[in-house]
Amino acid sequence: MKWVLVAGVLALLALPAVLSSYALTLFILIFFYGFLGQAWNIVGGYAGQLSAGHAAFVGVGGYTATMLSIELGLTPWVGMLIGGVLAALLGAIIGYLGFRFGLRGFYFVLLTVAFAEICRVAVSNIDALGGPLGLYITFTGNPRQFQFQDGRVYYYIALALMLVATLTAWAIERRRFGIYLAAIREDEAAAEALGVNAFKYKMLAMVVSSFLTGLGGTFYAFYLFSLQPNTLFGIPLSVEIIIRPIVGGAGTLLGPILGSFILTPLAEISRLYLGQGGLHGAHLIAYGVLLIGVVLFLPEGVYPRLRRALARRSGQTR
Amino acid sequence: MSLLVARGLSKRFGGLHAVARLDMEIARGEMLGLIGPNGAGKTTVFNLLSGFLVPDAGDIVLDGHSIVGLPPHAICRLGLARTFQIVRPFPRMTVLENVRVGALARCPRAPEALARAREVVARVGLGPRERVAAGALTLADRKRLELARALATGPTLLLLDEVMAGLNPTEIETIIQLIRAIHASGVSILLIEHNMRAVMALSQRIVVLSFGERIAEGAPAEIAHHPKVVEAYLGEEYVRAAPA
Repeated sequence: MKWVLVAGVLALLALPAVLSSYALTLFILIFFYGFLGQAWNIVGGYAGQLSAGHAAFVGVGGYTATMLSIELGLTPWVGMLIGGVLAALLGAIIGYLGFRFGLRGFYFVLLTVAFAEICRVAVSNIDALGGPLGLYITFTGNPRQFQFQDGRVYYYIALALMLVATLTAWAIERRRFGIYLAAIREDEAAAEALGVNAFKYKMLAMVVSSFLTGLGGTFYAFYLFSLQPNTLFGIPLSVEIIIRPIVGGAGTLLGPILGSFILTPLAEISRLYLGQGGLHGAHLIAYGVLLIGVVLFLPEGVYPRLRRALARRSGQTR
Repeated sequence: MSLLVARGLSKRFGGLHAVARLDMEIARGEMLGLIGPNGAGKTTVFNLLSGFLVPDAGDIVLDGHSIVGLPPHAICRLGLARTFQIVRPFPRMTVLENVRVGALARCPRAPEALARAREVVARVGLGPRERVAAGALTLADRKRLELARALATGPTLLLLDEVMAGLNPTEIETIIQLIRAIHASGVSILLIEHNMRAVMALSQRIVVLSFGERIAEGAPAEIAHHPKVVEAYLGEEYVRAAPA
């Protein structure tokens, strides 16, 4: 298994040499959504706290880096980290409200959606942040400005983001932190009785997850050269973030990545073929159908099932 | 010095006095039984002692420190562990992984916690089933798992809430042996139990609750014939009708 992963990463590193520019874009999106899904997975999957407003962190991260770049000329490489910290701060506020006051299940979902919507409406109404039209970034091609003539650089940055998030999740999973998160997800009261400070660990998961997600905002903004409140803070982006780990397998290390490899091409293809002629948004129907299928037939997601099937074939127990 | 002292413990739910001005002490190394008819407030006492409920009045002192108002996880780390009457295993984790969660309270590093968990699992006799998902265990094994998890947190005082309920006589016999062994290893135990034979055999001292109040306290032999206890269990009618 380990060697399969190493081979996979090596293949992805070599891949841009043979990719067309369209395929390169597709892979960038796969990595980027895989990254966001993995970041969400830490709080939504491992800790089982269903945040449905993760777009808020993308938005805060993206707007922070962009404003710092436009107004102060600060390089987005630093702005990215500041955006991550601000996103983590927002995550801490949402987490505090949700976890201190015991909002579970649907109520936590509503809280996170509400915060993302508040951010969206607020940013849309602040002229200094570009209002509803958003902000535009002038293309200079200067690497210091997180801009590159060669699309392959974005490919490697997106891949690096996905790997960083996955290594973070891996490090969490095998430590006490991750074991406690799993216990909280399974039965919070029982975990408390066994010495688990559920509030502390849920907060930590939220902060790590929102920090990583915030980093993604900078990539989003400087890859597309523009950011609008409706796309960066909107519910559709939150759904895009959640749906990949759920389909792939929430709370598993490779689930979010697998989910992105399945869903991102599907979204792109349906956008390409169904997007024209008044069928705008048809890819959302395809998502819906797929999600129903996963819930019905693979409630744990694709990855756990796949792992068991592979284990059976190789005759191992795990 | 007593390991645990509760003074004037009270808890009400709306108009119901679930626990009323309860005084209770557990000596170091003691095995104390807590009995009483259904609804007497036994589980509420457990929830108060373990921090799942905050008392309306009264104080709880564990090892010289007041623990009133502390959250359950902090109380657990101070050495008071509990089981739940309705077992609450982490169903998708294996037996070993379940116990490892408890072991992490004493061994923060995952590999050491796993080693400790393995010892505890073997000790309660679940060794052969350590890789089975907890959700797939029989009730008797789930009760043992509940016990193992609490034990893995390294308690000085263990609160056992009806660990024998629903078990057959053979299973009860094994779990009695297990509780005796845990007690012999130096853990003080507070036991809620409906199985009178078991509670009489295990406890050194018994406290009887009825409608949230302590109505009797003493050695098992005294308790069994205490008129108030007989009345609480069988009704006043029975006491008056019984030949003196």
